[in-house]
Amino acid sequence: MKKKVGVYICHCGGNISDYVDVEKVRKAVEKDESVFLAKTTMFACADSNQKEMVEDIKDQNLDGVVVASCSPKLHLLTFRAVAERAGMNKYNYVHANIREQVSWAHSDNKPGATEKAIKIVKAAIAKVRNAESLDPVRVKAIKAVAVIGAGVAGMRAAIELAEAGSEVYLIEREFFVGGRVAQWDDLCITEETGKELITRLYDEVMKHKHVTLFTGAEVVENSGSVGNFNLKVKVTPRHFNLQCNPGELQKAIDVCPVEVPDEFNFNITKRKAIYHNYPSEYPQLPAIDVKNCTRCGACEKVCSAVDFFQKIEYLNLKVGSILLATGFDPYEPKKGEFGYGEIDNVVTFPQFKRIVHYCDDKLMYNGKEVKNIAYIYCVGSRQVDGDNKYCSRYCCTANIHTAITVKKKYKGIHNFHFNRGIRTYGKAEIWYDESSRLGDIYLQSFEHDPPAVEKQGDKTIVKIKDVLTSDRELEVVADLVVLVTGMVPRKENSIGNLLKIPKGRDKFFNEIHMKLRPVETVIDGVTIAGASQGPKNIMESMNSALSAATKSFSLIDSGELALEPTVARVDEQKCKWCGKCDDACSYSAIDKIELDGRTIARVNSAVCKGCGMCLPVCPSNALDLIGLADKDMENMIDALLSNV
Amino acid sequence: MESGKVNSSPKILVFSTEKISDPAIDMAGLLKLHYPSTVYTIPVPCSSAIKPRWIIHALEQGFDGVFIAADGTDCPYGETCTEKTGEIVSATQQILKDNGMDPARLKMAAICSVCSEPFVKHVKSFTEYLSKASKE
Repeated sequence: MKKKVGVYICHCGGNISDYVDVEKVRKAVEKDESVFLAKTTMFACADSNQKEMVEDIKDQNLDGVVVASCSPKLHLLTFRAVAERAGMNKYNYVHANIREQVSWAHSDNKPGATEKAIKIVKAAIAKVRNAESLDPVRVKAIKAVAVIGAGVAGMRAAIELAEAGSEVYLIEREFFVGGRVAQWDDLCITEETGKELITRLYDEVMKHKHVTLFTGAEVVENSGSVGNFNLKVKVTPRHFNLQCNPGELQKAIDVCPVEVPDEFNFNITKRKAIYHNYPSEYPQLPAIDVKNCTRCGACEKVCSAVDFFQKIEYLNLKVGSILLATGFDPYEPKKGEFGYGEIDNVVTFPQFKRIVHYCDDKLMYNGKEVKNIAYIYCVGSRQVDGDNKYCSRYCCTANIHTAITVKKKYKGIHNFHFNRGIRTYGKAEIWYDESSRLGDIYLQSFEHDPPAVEKQGDKTIVKIKDVLTSDRELEVVADLVVLVTGMVPRKENSIGNLLKIPKGRDKFFNEIHMKLRPVETVIDGVTIAGASQGPKNIMESMNSALSAATKSFSLIDSGELALEPTVARVDEQKCKWCGKCDDACSYSAIDKIELDGRTIARVNSAVCKGCGMCLPVCPSNALDLIGLADKDMENMIDALLSNV
Repeated sequence: MESGKVNSSPKILVFSTEKISDPAIDMAGLLKLHYPSTVYTIPVPCSSAIKPRWIIHALEQGFDGVFIAADGTDCPYGETCTEKTGEIVSATQQILKDNGMDPARLKMAAICSVCSEPFVKHVKSFTEYLSKASKE
């Protein structure tokens, strides 16, 4: 039993100490017979405290350490590393979670939180008291990563992973790569078009022999865990053969009689049931939209590559890690929100981008030339009453950049920006400045007094009480009203449910910690990148993709993973071999051996996953998990029931 | 800091699972979804690893109830988890009955990694049940 345990209780700034009396906790536990020193610290994870812990362990010859701070998902590994740096076996460290499960959960009850914190720290001390020095169990990790989503983030991640030496399965639900960026023309800062960027990334992806791209594909089943995930992927056919004549393909599109709203152009145009979103799109083979196809047979008569006999395929992939880059949806305003859906010349920003794409000499909408454009910002973002409290980050910059493009492309354009404070952060301030120099008018209101859009006769009027001119009521007759809409999570996001990825308050996928573990999720081996995690511009998405790729690769790089050594252990004296543990084990990790004339069970620790399913079925109570033996559990329970 | 008697609610021991239900309980805190401070959690690798003797020990030593926040069908260790955890609960409830204890003092529900709100609802309703039961 350990007698020189060091206990560190973290304030976490005020995250813990605003609700838990940490000094009271320290005093309550320092009297424990195993505790040699007990300290409080402002930030246990800070370098200075880590150094102090290393010194304490070495100088005071501590034989066990407890840190009471945030969730172990965040800092268990940090403090185990501290123990290792001080020369202590890392399994002599025990973590007590007094933030997520105490101070935050009971911020409404400070005395209750303090009492609970004391008991939780006592339970951790009870556990560390009998902790053993252990070595991790090493298992094989499959050196392959599934990247879900072939937008800019997904393709960037796939390239990085392939260059690092991993096999990559790039899985895209749509028939074409590029995601949202394919829908954009000139991009801010570089002036490269979205299509050019996609083409460049696609070319790089296809150069790598280790990247396999699946389009029209989605993951429908998942099993296994980090290092060894099994994914079942459903691949929907395009109904076109690979070897086909480009002239025939175009004819097939031309003769198709079906016309449906084109989602790629946000429904401002129509497309055929045989389609590609734009002529140079990748992969360059069109696809047949079977939901809308009437099977009239017209395409088959002019194009020999059409093949309606292609069937859905299911593939089983084995990967060591999964990287999610599933992107975002643009916010769709509600009917009547700033006149959307009711006033005919009110469009969203993504629709406006496509209108600008299709208009050459004159900016036209609904057959009328557009001169006065009113942009209403923060639609679907920074909502006071709605769910989207967040800023969508990209929209101010993207819209101002587009407004400048429009002003330069067409004659006589007047831009009016109805905003709630412009956030063109970083170098994008240059565009804000340029827009102002070009004569754009900025009018501002606060969230409680937004601009109003009204139809008066054949005119569309946008009114505002402008805070920049002392609340003067101003109005603009607009030929086109552009609602600068933000980002929302993908409506169809079943992959998140399948993998059980937690979502944050903004409903985007949630990382473990925005600063410390920004691309990892609580599901070991699953990383997140791009706008699936929250609103990001292209550069930010690319950066997170590189980060997620690095993290996923680091898990599988060595070909093996160091797992917790909490495997099952047989008490040879108690075991009378009945075979129930063997029946309960899903991994065949238990076999029987002869020992001193008796038949007993033996656990193969290389195969045992440490689930513990064999424990409760043993009639002789001869099985325990290392680190979670009966005495450990009962000591913890007793500590939780102790008087404070 | 305030002071005073805080320990009036029934004491509940929650067995959570490291990869599935414990993250949900963490997220309940992150979202400030409050629940009684007399709910204590001990994480285990898998809910099918919980020994009946641990549950009995907890109840005999002073916990009013034990809640198993089970992996359910999300268990990373295999599909048999739900069935095996169910068997542990049935066997333990039988032991409780045999010893003249209320079997409803042991409760189980599947708590997935994002099931923060269901977790809070479960422990609140379990607290209410145990409060009423202690007065009868």
